[in-house]
Amino acid sequence: MFDAPTPGDTMVQTDTKISARNVQVYYGDTHAIKDVNVDIEAKSVTAFIGPSGCGKSTFLRCINRMNDTIDVCRVEGDILLDGEDIYDKKVDPVQLRAKVGMVFQKPNPFPKSIYDNVAYGPRIHGLAKSKADLDEIVEKSLRRGAIWDEVKDRLQAPGTGLSGGQQQRLCIARAVATEPEVLLMDEPCSALDPIATAQVEELIDELRNQYSVVIVTHSMQQAARVSQKTAFFHLGNLVEYGDTSQIFTNPKDERTESYITGRIG
Amino acid sequence: MSDASMPTATPHGSIHEQDARTKRRNAAESRFKAYGIIAIGIGLLMLLALVYTILSKGVGAFQQSFITMQVELLESKLDKTGERDIEKIKKVTTFGYAPLIKTAFEKTTAENGIETALKSKDMAKMLSKSAAAQLRDYVIANPEKIGETIEFRFLANSRIDGYLKGRVTRDSIANDKNVTPAQLDFADQLIAAGVLKKTFNIDFIIGADASDQRPEAAGMGVAMMGSLFMMLVVLALALPIGVAASIYLEEFAPKNWITDIIEVNISNLAAVPSIVFGILGLAVFINYMHLPQSAPLVGGLVLTLMTLPTIIISTRASLKSVPPSIRDAALGVGASKMQSVFHHVLPLAAPGILTGTIIGLAQALGETAPLLLIGMIGFIASNMPETIGEGLLSPNSAMPAQIYEWAKRADPAFYERAWGGIIILLIFLISMNTLAVILRRRFERRW
Repeated sequence: MFDAPTPGDTMVQTDTKISARNVQVYYGDTHAIKDVNVDIEAKSVTAFIGPSGCGKSTFLRCINRMNDTIDVCRVEGDILLDGEDIYDKKVDPVQLRAKVGMVFQKPNPFPKSIYDNVAYGPRIHGLAKSKADLDEIVEKSLRRGAIWDEVKDRLQAPGTGLSGGQQQRLCIARAVATEPEVLLMDEPCSALDPIATAQVEELIDELRNQYSVVIVTHSMQQAARVSQKTAFFHLGNLVEYGDTSQIFTNPKDERTESYITGRIG
Repeated sequence: MSDASMPTATPHGSIHEQDARTKRRNAAESRFKAYGIIAIGIGLLMLLALVYTILSKGVGAFQQSFITMQVELLESKLDKTGERDIEKIKKVTTFGYAPLIKTAFEKTTAENGIETALKSKDMAKMLSKSAAAQLRDYVIANPEKIGETIEFRFLANSRIDGYLKGRVTRDSIANDKNVTPAQLDFADQLIAAGVLKKTFNIDFIIGADASDQRPEAAGMGVAMMGSLFMMLVVLALALPIGVAASIYLEEFAPKNWITDIIEVNISNLAAVPSIVFGILGLAVFINYMHLPQSAPLVGGLVLTLMTLPTIIISTRASLKSVPPSIRDAALGVGASKMQSVFHHVLPLAAPGILTGTIIGLAQALGETAPLLLIGMIGFIASNMPETIGEGLLSPNSAMPAQIYEWAKRADPAFYERAWGGIIILLIFLISMNTLAVILRRRFERRW
């Protein structure tokens, strides 16, 4: 059933940020994620690929406990962030989410100004001591989101007035403003045109210097372009996990091979 | 996808000719449109008829007939000692003022060269019974004016007023003991002399209700204050309770059978007849808690119960309409559930909540039935409340209750006032609904 190499046994990881052990997710009676084990490296980009409904987004949302907001969703197994179980009773999901930021499929800026969009996270976490501090955080985040030059003259304009690609980069800037350690991206480019996609991909590549990025994507080309590690999900199973170059050139599992060559999907 | 399963293409006729099926479809569509236009047309006709009836019957209430005369405030009648001692002046009852008015009326008649066989007693009967009281109130308020001659504008009684408005005619008074043809002749002479005139009557809007005998003096003002205080109670209670309950139910409560039951019952409550809330208010607030009867506070509490379901339902609907991506965005940057609701969801839902609240208030403003049971109806002789506490606790009526009260009194002059009251009530309701629409347009965000 599960024949991917067990991470930790065959692969030597010196710097593991997140490790999942025997994770099961149920939506009511549906068994959505089946026994997933994976180690995600710090300061690298890990891509989750797989056909629709394979559970990759579900698994991603487990990492910052966004699934808590769904009543019927139940998670079993352990997910360790820096060796600490994030599903421990002592963990407050709010505190966890400050550490594990998230960017969603559809750009979802708050219907507020660009400045307020970015400043919201730092404000509620008390990261800025003064207005000047906050201004600095906002600028730094917008620069990291690679959107500063486009919006620096209109920080008070509504964030919803930007184009789709700009909105998504604004959302990335908003996510990095709280200084997370891990950045989860759920198909961040699926609503964007090719040019905006290229900009966001470039940005993801830069973000790798500071964050562990986990990205869910439908596009195999995108996974090949931006990630160092790739995990292939199929029907709730983690079929294969390994270096991106290896997955795309020399997959070990025939399901992976079928998928990347376009025979299943 | 085998080729054998494809149906062989049937040749269609010319598209310049409608086939029978298309004709039938188009005819059905035209028929449906016609039904719609007829239905709307009937509705509009009804509305026009309603507005026309209300206006034609009610506008008269905003005008009233007044008789102007110079009254000499005789010291010998009003303040025999000449000390201007307010306590002694107050001892002179309205009966003491009646002769002054009679004399003044006679003098006015003479000055205008009107000849009449009418006795001064019958002349004075053409004035409202409130005339003497009006004079007395003036003297008590301005004792220093005693001895002077002051111009007064007295209300004509309801029959004379009705004569000016065309409601009372020489034929219609055949069996009426309150007015004689001679008085109407005299009224004609007074009109010609410019003494008797029909003018705008602000007292109908700001004044208090009057007893059965004086329809010409009755006004809506105090009932309006009653309604205002009730609405304050409703707003102060129903808005926070309703919004808090909806936020909890919509955003925080687990979805299980208990919340399902609560949800169904809130919808049921919205459909409960208002008189049931009235009897609940009577049982709980008055009989059990011993709050004062006829008080706007109790009325407000009852109407709060009635308005709550409306507010909860509309608030939940507007919370639901906020896209979940906004909640995700807030949670994603590490906001707590409460922060995401109060910082992001609530501001976006606010226009909907406001609209729902205003419509709930407008419903409550027009509600009569529950007020019947808590005694906010009937002739409640009260003056304008002077403090907020008095406004909440002293007996009062409300606009729709006042209208009902007038409509059931015998004198046709009250009937006219009921229609006038309906105009005022409708103006309030229309302004509130307009405000709701404006607020929604103004603050609605699109994304």
